[in-house]
Amino acid sequence: MVTAAEMLSIAAFEQGRHAQAFPSFGSERTGAPVVAFCRIDDKAIRLREPILAPDALIVQDAHLLDQIDVFQGLKPDGYVLINSRHSVSEMGLDEVAAGLPSGHILTLPATEIAMKHLHRPLPNAVLLGGFAAMTGMISLEAVTYAIGRKFKGEVAERNIGAAAEAHAMLSAHEEARA
Amino acid sequence: MIKQTEGSQAVAEAVALCRPEVICAYPISPQTHIVEGLGALVKSGELTPCEFLNVESEFAAMSVAIGSSAAGARTYTATASQGLLFMVEAVYNASGLGLPIVMTVANRAIGAPINIWNDHSDSMSQRDCGWIQLFAESNQEALDLHIQAFKLAEEMSMPVMVCMDGFILTHAYEQVDMPEQAQVDAFLPPYEPRQVLDPADPVSIGAMVGPEAFMEVRYLAHAKQTMALDRIPEIADEFKEVFGRDAGGLVRGYRIDDAETIVVALGSVVGTLEETIDTMRAEGVKIGVLSIRCFRPFPMAAVRAALARTARVVVLEKSFSVGLGGIVSTDVRLAMVRIHVRGYTVVAGLGGRPITQESLLRVLRLAVADELKNLTFLDLDWDIVNRHLAREAASRHTGPLPEALLRDIGASAPRSR
Amino acid sequence: MTQPIKFYQTGTFTVGNRLLPEDKRTVQSSTARDNSLNSGHRACQGCGEALGARYAVDAAMRATAGQLIAANATGCLEVFSTPYPETSWQLPWIHSLFGNAAAVGSGIAAALKVKAAKAGLPEAVTRVIAQGGDGGTTDIGFGCLSGMFERNDDVLYICYDNEGYMNTGVQRSSATPPAARTATTQPLGPEPGAEFGKGKNVPLIAVAHEIPYVATATVADLHDLEAKVEKAMSLRGARYLHVFVPCPLGWGAASCDTIRLARLARETGLFPVFEAEDGEITAVTKIRRPVPVDEYLRLQKRYAHLFGAKGHPETIARIQAMADKNIKRFGLLDAEGAA
Repeated sequence: MVTAAEMLSIAAFEQGRHAQAFPSFGSERTGAPVVAFCRIDDKAIRLREPILAPDALIVQDAHLLDQIDVFQGLKPDGYVLINSRHSVSEMGLDEVAAGLPSGHILTLPATEIAMKHLHRPLPNAVLLGGFAAMTGMISLEAVTYAIGRKFKGEVAERNIGAAAEAHAMLSAHEEARA
Repeated sequence: MIKQTEGSQAVAEAVALCRPEVICAYPISPQTHIVEGLGALVKSGELTPCEFLNVESEFAAMSVAIGSSAAGARTYTATASQGLLFMVEAVYNASGLGLPIVMTVANRAIGAPINIWNDHSDSMSQRDCGWIQLFAESNQEALDLHIQAFKLAEEMSMPVMVCMDGFILTHAYEQVDMPEQAQVDAFLPPYEPRQVLDPADPVSIGAMVGPEAFMEVRYLAHAKQTMALDRIPEIADEFKEVFGRDAGGLVRGYRIDDAETIVVALGSVVGTLEETIDTMRAEGVKIGVLSIRCFRPFPMAAVRAALARTARVVVLEKSFSVGLGGIVSTDVRLAMVRIHVRGYTVVAGLGGRPITQESLLRVLRLAVADELKNLTFLDLDWDIVNRHLAREAASRHTGPLPEALLRDIGASAPRSR
Repeated sequence: MTQPIKFYQTGTFTVGNRLLPEDKRTVQSSTARDNSLNSGHRACQGCGEALGARYAVDAAMRATAGQLIAANATGCLEVFSTPYPETSWQLPWIHSLFGNAAAVGSGIAAALKVKAAKAGLPEAVTRVIAQGGDGGTTDIGFGCLSGMFERNDDVLYICYDNEGYMNTGVQRSSATPPAARTATTQPLGPEPGAEFGKGKNVPLIAVAHEIPYVATATVADLHDLEAKVEKAMSLRGARYLHVFVPCPLGWGAASCDTIRLARLARETGLFPVFEAEDGEITAVTKIRRPVPVDEYLRLQKRYAHLFGAKGHPETIARIQAMADKNIKRFGLLDAEGAA
């Protein structure tokens, strides 16, 4: 998740914006719940507090929805992208969806897409591709650039392919809705 | 070149540009990425010639640095928290011997209880040891200060610690302008030692000094730090000429000229404070921020001048002296002798507790209305504190303290679908 | 015509330097010696450490043509050699702390390596020694010592072992032998003096690090000490020399007995003299004339409680057993020399 926030910040930087990405934990171990933040602005960012009122939420591990109030503080017109092969309804999130503008909460089978392209359950880049399509806050080109900064060679290529598939999937979804 | 990178990586690259000859460090969160970054640069040959030693403890790290610096090599190390404490004997030794070692302290709380998150207790614990202490507000300033630090240390023959907030800065990805090698070479000449171990001209370094001369030696360290008060702003000016931006110096004021309330702080929280001050200014409150960038030597005159005309000073610090109160506020108070001003100390962010705009607005509004207590702990849960005090009064066998508190915080187990 | 030379010095195997060809004489016998540890230092009369350091450092200076830097731990040597405002050191010398001489040495070696690289040289010409007493080496300096070993830093560490913290008033260190009296191991109670079953064998620990060279030596055989220093300086990487240096004051011995005590420690088997390279013992100094331990112990007041009417013969027997174990383990006696 930390890498996803960092890539998002690189993508925003590539688009000429200021971005600040930081984790909320520290220990270098897998298995612990992790939150990472990314702040994007057109001017230099001075604020250093954790993001308590996000404009957008990317949930990489849907199990966390049972453990903590993931949506706390989300802005009324915020976006939510959840890594899951289930639909929003199937996840029991219709009530949350009702409180947000149409199309602002979507699920994306990012782990499955990652498995297809990378043969590994690493959905970071995939989620960013989907996020780009969903919100338009960053472009797919910027996401591609960011992936190239973080990964090299074939790993980068496969991640880019996976992100593109997610982007296409959610773009089609947006068009279908419209 | 402008790049988007992690704070630690930015510092590593900046240090490498300074052409250090010996780097030795022992890993400790949250400094690890800095040293790993430098290790990679040495291994790849980008930073050469440079000896990178993997030492067996922080005490060894500072000791290796002492040997290396005494032999005339530009030397660098980094640590935090427990690591800084583990090397304290050597930290005093380095400054006592007058060796221009540069060290990054990735500010982190000191245990027990063990805590890896940010506060300033580590650097503050070493404020008396004779090292120069510089604090960075951002990753840009962190990298800039390291470049200035080598120049300052070597000119003064005095070690310098560059303090940057652990995780908040070290692990934050943000935009920085990384200098070119030619610029750093123009700014920072090769190290010319005042004293050096050299068979061509043998000297004995580190002999015992008795009562006849110890006070003079100690005083000279203080005199040199006092001289540094003049040199530090000059170096900041020289830096600006070469690199084109402001960094370092003694203090920096933000909207303090007509402020009736001035908040004094160090490090990254200054950024959040500026946002908060802008909000309050928009409401018509005359408030500003004074960032102390050089904590040792303490810029007594600069702080006094900046705060002389205000009505109210709020020192917001991530440090605390158990049994007394604020640490920074005590130093600030000393600078305000015979100036009448209402003074408040707000201890915040200990052990990495986030300092939010919301909380700052709340506490600063109280300060502006003079409804704040002299010593406040921002966002402290008094309920938990009082419950524990009652628990201790009622029973002897309360067990380890933090674990007892957890019962009140009500940590819950995850339910899975 | 050959003629047997009669040795008129008794009780010692010392051969006067005047009887040896020049190349076999000690460095100290030469007027061209460096005097790295110059006269005027404040060591006690009969100090084994001063003797050992003088020989060792000058030997290192000769081996390196004077291109040598020394790091010194806090302790007797540091204190008596640099009584403010004087210093007896004629080579570049640094005293940092009690426990970090090895690390300081590592730092100097690293700096010299970089300087050499900048001068276009394949390796440093100037070499480094780090030195300290047993306290600063086996106890408080142990971590840094092991670190220097495992990194194989180019430092020769010389430990001058007088079996206790002498500078601070004769307290027990992990090099203090069993039954010895010190200020913190009083000759009281059922097990008077230092307890059995404690302590460390740092030379063997050094061997276990598999560093290029480890050797033990005593001030009874100064030629051997110099030769070992020279051997050490001919190698690169981490090297360790452990020198047995009696302390008349701390041990309650006569100041004229320093060399005798060192010889007895070797000849009883209590202090094995050996060399090792890369983790294997390569040479031992055989015992010429085996000696029972009480001849050695008797000369030191720190063992006085073992003798006399209220003595502890069973403790002396245990010490003898330790010596016998060393003899067996290191092969210190040839078959015909067996007691």
